[in-house]
Amino acid sequence: MMRWTAVMLMLGWQTADGGVIRAGDGRSVVQAVEMAAAGDTVIVPQGTYAEGNILIRKPLTVLGENMPVMDGRMKDEIFTIAAEHVTIDGFRIINTGRSSMEDLAGIKCLDAHHAVIRNNIFENTFFGIHISNSDHSTISNNKLSSSAEFEYQLGNGIHLWKCKHALIEGNEVTGHRDGIYFEFVTLSFIRKNISQKNMRYGLHFMFSHDDAYEDNVFRNNGAGVSVMYTRHVKMHRNVFEDNWGSSSYGLLLKDISDSEVIGNRFTGNTSGIYMEGTSRTVFDGNLFRQNGWAIKLMASCDGNSFNRNNFSGNTFDISTNGALVLNSMSHNHWDKYEGYDLDRDGIGDIPFHPVSLFSVISEHIPSAMLIWRSFLVFLLDRAEKVMPAVTPANLKDDNPMMHAHDLG
Amino acid sequence: MPRIIKYILYDILRTRFILFYTLFLLLSAVGMYQLDSDTSKVVLSMMNIVLIVVPLVSIVFTTIHFYNSYEFIELMLAQPVNRTVVFLSQYLSVALSLLLAYTVGIGLPMVFYGTEASGLTLILSGAMLTLVFVSLAFLSAVLTRDKAKAIGVALLFWFYFSLIFDAFVLWILYSFSDYPLEKVTVALIALNPVDLARILMILQLDVSALMGYTGAFFKDFFGGGMGFAFATGVLLLWVAVPLGLAMRVFKRKDL
Repeated sequence: MMRWTAVMLMLGWQTADGGVIRAGDGRSVVQAVEMAAAGDTVIVPQGTYAEGNILIRKPLTVLGENMPVMDGRMKDEIFTIAAEHVTIDGFRIINTGRSSMEDLAGIKCLDAHHAVIRNNIFENTFFGIHISNSDHSTISNNKLSSSAEFEYQLGNGIHLWKCKHALIEGNEVTGHRDGIYFEFVTLSFIRKNISQKNMRYGLHFMFSHDDAYEDNVFRNNGAGVSVMYTRHVKMHRNVFEDNWGSSSYGLLLKDISDSEVIGNRFTGNTSGIYMEGTSRTVFDGNLFRQNGWAIKLMASCDGNSFNRNNFSGNTFDISTNGALVLNSMSHNHWDKYEGYDLDRDGIGDIPFHPVSLFSVISEHIPSAMLIWRSFLVFLLDRAEKVMPAVTPANLKDDNPMMHAHDLG
Repeated sequence: MPRIIKYILYDILRTRFILFYTLFLLLSAVGMYQLDSDTSKVVLSMMNIVLIVVPLVSIVFTTIHFYNSYEFIELMLAQPVNRTVVFLSQYLSVALSLLLAYTVGIGLPMVFYGTEASGLTLILSGAMLTLVFVSLAFLSAVLTRDKAKAIGVALLFWFYFSLIFDAFVLWILYSFSDYPLEKVTVALIALNPVDLARILMILQLDVSALMGYTGAFFKDFFGGGMGFAFATGVLLLWVAVPLGLAMRVFKRKDL
């Protein structure tokens, strides 16, 4: 009922500047789209349509009534949009063809600025939504799922290439190659999406400056989330969890600069954050809980600051691959901290060294992990704490907090 | 046999050592729960105690008990009682009382304060360790004639399995780090019951770090139920084999 009212409202509003064309009753969607003039609304009633590719070359609003099914019969691309101001709303888009040559998609936008794609369900698609060279697109409240045995048989869920001012909001992506893929996409927002169980990355991000992604959940993806070759990215309040595997990271940062990682939760990942070549980035108010390695900080990172984060129940808090330390840490809470606070200002009086000897050992000899938590390892770690010989002595938090921060 | 067990249990209770042991475990567990509100951290601290204290207490107590009840054993064997029955009653009653002490000492606070899967694994691995070290103690006791020597051997067992063995493993891993050592490491770990019990625990506590390996073998071993099954299975062997050997020696022994 709500939905119907919404459609009616849309109709009333649309008729102000355009006509309404209904598909169905012997009229195909392709015919309806052809008949419509620029600015019209095309309504597709409930039903199953397998009409091959539907090419839209004029500004149109295409509305599905009670989720009509658009079936690609495992060979077609379904909607192809090559015009500005096109809206696709309320469809169930299934079974696109699979072709790595043509990147077949459920909905593809080519040079289509101001596209709106919302409230659709994508099932068993190669690429779900594929947008290139289109600015100001809005992709919201879609559900995308796909599956395949191998990675090369899948495309990305939401794929953007060379776009500006995009808004990706409230979508759910599962079982694709990359959940959300950004390449050369600038000044854009990714908000409140859930990206999980994708075969490669939950979010894949390259050369995409000045973007923000906030309040998303990235869970159980093959390789976690990767953000590369980008500056000025804001990563706020996201959840990165259960990304398991030797090359799987909650968040992989490679050649990132002047960015923010604030208020995120990293839980149960093999590596919470893996960072190399990262500069001048702020890590503030994040929670790292029950990760194998909370942060793998490579020596190629410089000028980063880690403040007011909570570390609890991680196997290793921080590991690094060199003695050079160009980053600062302050006011974090480390559950492994064993110092005291005589002046009772809530800050520990002796510094905390988050790199343990055994994390260095297991970096060199991975199978040594099997004697982790043995009495011997305990003694070795203790000895190293007293006289640091292997671990970098100046990688430390001079103001460790006695109590965990309240991160909400 | 139940009657013999009853007498031995009565004898063990009279020494009060088991009561102290229970109380010690109970107090340390309660203390840890009081100090830390995070249950997974409590399990971690308790694990450190369990891996050190349980083997030590089990092996020393069993050895002393065996020698203290030497006259009782001689008396029993003068009766028309099978040697196997006498030996097994001894084993069962010692193991039972230590197990009971352990389960109450660690388990009761867990029931009271609440725990997760890792707590249950801790109980399981500690119980297995108790059984293994009681078996080893019986072996060291029947192999020697002298009480002091037997205690010495028992302590050596404990020291070897708790510390020396791991140092040896680490040395091997360091020396041969250029070779693929995955299967070798697992095989080496199987030679030490304390390590096996520890593996059971880190499978619970550190599984996300353990998944950080490139090798497919480790992935199967840690990821599936295989690691758990393997560790439990080999621990059972560690109970059965020393016990079998000790029984063999005991049956032929000239007391």
